[in-house]
Amino acid sequence: MNFKQKYVFLFPGLFVLIGILIFPIIFVIRLSLSGWNSYNGLNFIGLENYIRLFTDDPRFWESFFRLSFLSVTTVVLQYVIGFALAHMVWKDIKFQRFFRVLFLIPMMTTPVIMTVIWRTFFHESLGPVNDILSNFGMSPKWLTDPVLAKFTVIIVEVWQWTPFMFLLLLAGLLSLPKEPFLAAAIDGASPVRKFLYVTFPLMAPISIGAIIIRLIEASKIMDTVYVLTSGGPGTSTETSSFYIFIKGLREFQMGYAASMSFTYLIIMIVSLTVIAKVLTKLMLKD
Amino acid sequence: MKIIKTFVTGLVSAMLILSPVAYADKWGDQFPHIKATGDIPGDCSYEEMSKKNYKGKTLKINTHAVPVIGQPTALHAEQFAKLTGAKVDVTHTPAGDLYAKAMVPFKAGQAPYDIVFGFSNFINDWRQYLAPVPKKYMNSTEMKDVTKSHVGVSSWDGTMYQYPVDGDRHYLKYRKDVIDNPEYQKKYKADTGKELKVPTTWKEYGEMAKYFNGWDWDGDGEKEYGSAEVMKKDDLMFAAFFSRSVAYAKNPRTPGGFFFDLETMKPNINNPGFVEALGDWVEATKYVPPGGINFGLGDEIGSFGGGQTLFSFSWDDAFIAAMQDDSPIKNKVGTAPLPGADKVWNRVSGKWENQYNQAPYIVWGWAVGVAKKSKEQEMAFDYLCFFSNGANHQADLAIGNFGVNPFKNSDFDPQLYIKTMGWDADIANSYTKTLKDMEKSKNRVFPLRVRGVFEFTSAVATGTSKALAGQLSPQEALDEVAKEWEAIVNRVGKKNVQEDYAVGVKMEDNKL
Repeated sequence: MNFKQKYVFLFPGLFVLIGILIFPIIFVIRLSLSGWNSYNGLNFIGLENYIRLFTDDPRFWESFFRLSFLSVTTVVLQYVIGFALAHMVWKDIKFQRFFRVLFLIPMMTTPVIMTVIWRTFFHESLGPVNDILSNFGMSPKWLTDPVLAKFTVIIVEVWQWTPFMFLLLLAGLLSLPKEPFLAAAIDGASPVRKFLYVTFPLMAPISIGAIIIRLIEASKIMDTVYVLTSGGPGTSTETSSFYIFIKGLREFQMGYAASMSFTYLIIMIVSLTVIAKVLTKLMLKD
Repeated sequence: MKIIKTFVTGLVSAMLILSPVAYADKWGDQFPHIKATGDIPGDCSYEEMSKKNYKGKTLKINTHAVPVIGQPTALHAEQFAKLTGAKVDVTHTPAGDLYAKAMVPFKAGQAPYDIVFGFSNFINDWRQYLAPVPKKYMNSTEMKDVTKSHVGVSSWDGTMYQYPVDGDRHYLKYRKDVIDNPEYQKKYKADTGKELKVPTTWKEYGEMAKYFNGWDWDGDGEKEYGSAEVMKKDDLMFAAFFSRSVAYAKNPRTPGGFFFDLETMKPNINNPGFVEALGDWVEATKYVPPGGINFGLGDEIGSFGGGQTLFSFSWDDAFIAAMQDDSPIKNKVGTAPLPGADKVWNRVSGKWENQYNQAPYIVWGWAVGVAKKSKEQEMAFDYLCFFSNGANHQADLAIGNFGVNPFKNSDFDPQLYIKTMGWDADIANSYTKTLKDMEKSKNRVFPLRVRGVFEFTSAVATGTSKALAGQLSPQEALDEVAKEWEAIVNRVGKKNVQEDYAVGVKMEDNKL
């Protein structure tokens, strides 16, 4: 195969890459340097949007820290619960297949539809949750208390995405070699020690991968917030992606929204790289 | 001979008189939606539309989510398709996204939709992308019935860009069976020392709502609450806030701008009048149903319309829902102007004036236009004309969650509601009087119709929702809104906003 033929085969992939990855990023960068909104066109305004973002928009940074809290909390919970469930059905238990399918159901449902159902559950005057709790003299403000609303978002996210963690971790558990476990059994290790010194370390590489994948996904929380609380009450559940959505697609400040998106992309690349390195160091130290 | 002549004349007269009825039966049978009236003759009636042939053509519409306005859009699309042979594709979009859903393709020079629904205050951003309403439709029988103020609402500089399909204003709705109940009047007097009557100030509204909050006052075995209001962020809540603000901040003695000082373009939004109103609204979170601070328009309609609250204020929909045949509170509700206040802020003197003030808030409402780049403009205008023809309009008015409210002169006749909808005469009379009085008022407030309007209203929604959630005090929240408004004015250009705003101020100051 000569030099030219190689490129002919390379071009289709290259075109796709440019079309779906490179062009949108370049367009977002160009857009972020413009004041494109409902009354202006794609005019070049230099770094004005970035200056506004870094000097005069505390709401963006508040939403970013809120997002960090929500995504870290949800992923940690998903990991713990997912690992527990995977560990449970990894062993030979009754109805193993049934449980494996059952635990996957939330992930197979449409997030928006499920969030509408959760919103109905948590509706403070018409929902069944408060209907039951009122028998015990409780009526929590699931969606209208600034603190509790965050936990409601966490509950829905954990319910929806724990199966994903479960799936990855179960696949990891099923692929573990049997020898270390046999050795531990011969040594008379207790189930707790077996888990702490054999299962957990062996699962570290897949755990890191699963956590990073979920962190990337969780940092884009949007549909749950949109349907459940619209970012409220006040701005108490507003996340970065929802705030960018408001600025870009509600207020039509496309230029400014693009600058926020690009900044957010950079922050996410940097922070996730750091998190991955730290996790690798912590979990794979031996 | 004379007998034959008399007989023929009688027969012809009878045919002429009964012909509309014959029409009515024919179309009313095929389309149950208009069964009450049958077809009403006009340029866009069922009869006229059935003569059109749009077979092989497709009309694309972007409208609001069901039910409010989305349901009538879909229903009339189905009827239109049946009559003309056209294919009509209807896309439903949440209220908050209607603006951008049209603006993105507009800006990109595309027309994925022939017809776009939105709010009437989008007119300034949208008009350059909309086709003006052709003369043929301006002279139609249907259009001639539209009130002068709603023709004005749909137009800019004398050109109509939005086709009138709805006419909105905010007013008070209350439970007549409670407020007019002598037993409750006695009990309220004994407990509070005050009269139980239709509230004329927001303070009275709050006191009564608080008193009737959280207990079963209608004996249905369930708790009722004080008030249902649109408090959900970004879901038209800015309009609810302005309704509460007009009493304190629209001073008839200080013309020249309610939202801004027209001369300086300094925002008035954080002056003591608005702050007082927001303080009242924060108080209101104590007498709304559980979860009430997350109520959107649909929730408000369902809550008051379903008999859950004593009061409500906003568009007609909740009241119409309460007056529907299937409502448990039909003919138990009343209407009145928005409450006023015992004091009003004078932004010129910088002092409160201790005298009664009331101001109607004309919220305008749903608006719809035809894309300038649409290739099916004639069919699109025919659809809109059909949407609001006499029969459809009267049937739509009777359904609370349709979101279609009075905007035609004939809508202000109480007989319409008494005969076709079965309302009690006193309720129909007070309803039409409430609406008519708002049309006549000289202290009205109209919504902002300036470039980038969504940025302004979104800032209000964010600021006020922070106050309702207790994140900020009313003053802090509105200071934040004022700062944001100043930044928006600078971005859009002070002169541009001033020029646009001047049109609204002229209307408020009764100079247009």
